[in-house]
Amino acid sequence: MTSQLADALLAARLLAHSRDRLGGMCLRGGGPARDLVLDALRALLPPETPFRRLPGHIDDDRLSGGTDIAASLASGTLVLQRGLLAEVAGGVLVIPMAERLRIDIAGRVAQAMDNGAAFLLILLEDGADGDDRPPPALMERVAFDLSLNAVRPADLATPLPAPDTPTPATLDSEAMSALAATATALGVASLRPLLHSATAARAHAALTGRALAEMADLEAATRLILAPRATQLPPEPEQPQPPAPEQPEREQEQNDSEEDDTPPDIPEDLLIEAARAMIPPDVLDAIAKGRAQRSARGGGQGRRTGSAMRGKPLGARPGMPGGGVRMALVDTLRAAIPWQPLRRRDPAPEGAGPIRFRRDDLRVRRFEERSTTVTLFCVDASGSAAMSRLAEAKGAVELILAQAYVKRAEVALLAFRGAGAELLLPPTRSLTRAKRALSELPGGGGTPLASGIALARQLADAIASRGRTPMLVFLTDGSANIAADGSPGRAQANADALTAARAIAEARIDAVVIDISPRPRPEAARVAEAMRARYLPLPFADAKTLNAAVALATQPERKRA
Amino acid sequence: MARFPFSAIVGQDEMKLALLIAAVDPTIGGVMVFGDRGTGKSTAARALANLLPPIMVMDGCRFGCSPESPRACPGPCEATKASKRAVPFVDLPLGATEDRVLGSLDLERALRTGEKVFEPGLLARAHRGFLYIDEINLLEDHLVDLLLDVAASGENVVEREGLSVRHKARFVLIGSGNPEEGELRPQLLDRFGLSVEVRTPRAIEDRVEIMRRCAAHDADSEAFSAAWGEEDDKVLNQIARGQKRLAKMDVPDDVLVDAARLCSAIGVDGLRGELTLMRAARAYAALKGAKLVRREHLLHIAPLALRHRLRRDVLDEAGSTARIERAIAEHFV
Repeated sequence: MTSQLADALLAARLLAHSRDRLGGMCLRGGGPARDLVLDALRALLPPETPFRRLPGHIDDDRLSGGTDIAASLASGTLVLQRGLLAEVAGGVLVIPMAERLRIDIAGRVAQAMDNGAAFLLILLEDGADGDDRPPPALMERVAFDLSLNAVRPADLATPLPAPDTPTPATLDSEAMSALAATATALGVASLRPLLHSATAARAHAALTGRALAEMADLEAATRLILAPRATQLPPEPEQPQPPAPEQPEREQEQNDSEEDDTPPDIPEDLLIEAARAMIPPDVLDAIAKGRAQRSARGGGQGRRTGSAMRGKPLGARPGMPGGGVRMALVDTLRAAIPWQPLRRRDPAPEGAGPIRFRRDDLRVRRFEERSTTVTLFCVDASGSAAMSRLAEAKGAVELILAQAYVKRAEVALLAFRGAGAELLLPPTRSLTRAKRALSELPGGGGTPLASGIALARQLADAIASRGRTPMLVFLTDGSANIAADGSPGRAQANADALTAARAIAEARIDAVVIDISPRPRPEAARVAEAMRARYLPLPFADAKTLNAAVALATQPERKRA
Repeated sequence: MARFPFSAIVGQDEMKLALLIAAVDPTIGGVMVFGDRGTGKSTAARALANLLPPIMVMDGCRFGCSPESPRACPGPCEATKASKRAVPFVDLPLGATEDRVLGSLDLERALRTGEKVFEPGLLARAHRGFLYIDEINLLEDHLVDLLLDVAASGENVVEREGLSVRHKARFVLIGSGNPEEGELRPQLLDRFGLSVEVRTPRAIEDRVEIMRRCAAHDADSEAFSAAWGEEDDKVLNQIARGQKRLAKMDVPDDVLVDAARLCSAIGVDGLRGELTLMRAARAYAALKGAKLVRREHLLHIAPLALRHRLRRDVLDEAGSTARIERAIAEHFV
């Protein structure tokens, strides 16, 4: 059995033991392995425990309880429905495709958890790349964040764990301070994982029959909870550790366990050292790339253009309420009233009120919601551009950022240099993060213009699929010298760049190409033409002029309404 | 399960101070809390609401009328008796619609009897208590606008769906959010009275103390609350004394001059900053048991009252707090 599956099953046992203290878990990937873990959890919990799945299209009334409009109209009396969150109390709430969960639903679920609704939350995540993560508000509240991607089919023959018979266990001050030091060393800032790790260590000791948590329990808690949330590598062991707190009195329950072990010695540095080796490879990878900032994961949850749900009211139109679409009551009444004399001639249906409704009377509200614009800066950070204008380009981007901040538009940043293109900043509204990404932008190397354009296209599609409007701003000198396959060579590189540019035109994505070479050359203009983008040669412009030009180019006459 | 006691919260002094000031003077205009997840923001806000003594509310009133001004609400509120109720703490969910927040037409009554009756929303529920909004930076702009309006005026005016209703909604607005995940528009930020920055405690001792207290609270919340009851009572007395003193709190002219100098030194334009600074200084002095506002009160409270009003300088890396401290060091030492 791989350690991933074993860990997930152990997590299930810990969850079953401390049900209302650990929140739940997030399981990434794994198909049948995931089902196995869910089965295991079901077997560990009392048989009558409710299991509910939360569909992504759930509406507010179904989630938190409220009026069942269709049933109310049919019967003529108010029909209330119980919310899913109330139904699942004391049970397990499973959210499939959690990475696509709407942020408002996530907010409701998080709120229910904070208000002491005692359910276990299981987030199932299907995202392949790990860029799209479940809403941070929920990730923060579940103790475990485990991947099942490496589980092999042969492992699935694993027997389910039998229900445990735990004994009470405690955690001494040394153990707590070891966990606290480890969390700090791993860069886990939030207190929730730390508190979860203490609970898990205690639960692990209880399941093993130990009255006092030992190194093994702390290791399990670290491996399952702290290590997957690491945002930095622990400092090398030589570095001085923070001074250990004075030993306060231990208020530890006397336990009648047979082993009268001397308090186990738990050196902090040993646990931190062990924690180093426990960080999962994908997290290590993210740390190495500097992407494991606290909120870099899943920060940019997409906003829907749910024009039927919020925004400026536009008036009503006929339709069925439900699924988030709200009924326009006054308009519905207005539609029904003129027909009343006619309808009264028919025999009254059972339970009819003073007003008789038909399905055709229903009106739903419409709202106008401006779709958020995401400006994607594609910065040429190659040697040729870096030499000339990269610093100015950065300045311009900062100014545009400051404007976007006021208008609450979102920005993203990708750079291309050397062998390929890289997304440095996923769509965000945070000035702080954007500025950091920008200041860390390195320059130098070849110009893989084709890769840059291709990645921009891909991101623009992703942005559009979330109902937001992408706007590409290329800052380049247009002199490509790395082809799409990464091989050097000017001719092929230019041809590839033009092909990629035409794809942008075909996808009808708005774009601007700003030529940042000191002397405008035909290359960048040709790329702009292929892209059907505006071309702005800015030979001597400073950051302010550049900003004004971009503002002008991006404001009027959009290709798409 | 008993709530976590206010006085048992480790550290977070600035946040606790801001909450106490808002409790002494609810007209201060709300508290914005900046900080990461898992730093105990909502725990602190809830704990304060829980700590405050119960209020008297007219029986059956859906708008929380107090016996001092009964039947001031639009709803049918015929009761003659009042009874005790805990200070309301309303947690505004992220996806809340305008209907839920403002109140809307009562669907049941409209369908059954054709009557137009107003169904109070979350604002009515928060009257005389707290309205807490986690991740306010992710809330729709028009909702934030609306909330700040009501928080400032103390009155909710509904003119929609053929309804025309106004009712009192006085509450302390507490917003929280992580600037790394998107920021509030400066126009909105300026309308918060105070702002605090909350960080996760760094010292291992503090973190261990938090773990210990949470474990004790988990194990037996009633006993834990009882053990902190005395400390909580002290805080309660401090608030009550502060409220009493606030009415008679004088601000000497030289302190007024100091406030104006400080505001112009750091470039806070608009009257709102200066007024809030004075108000916060008065409440702080009252909380401290002083007879009049002194310069040290003003300077102590200045970062809370002003840091979110500084014009954002894209090219200045130093944080707002540092800029205020720099100005204080230059002008007042």
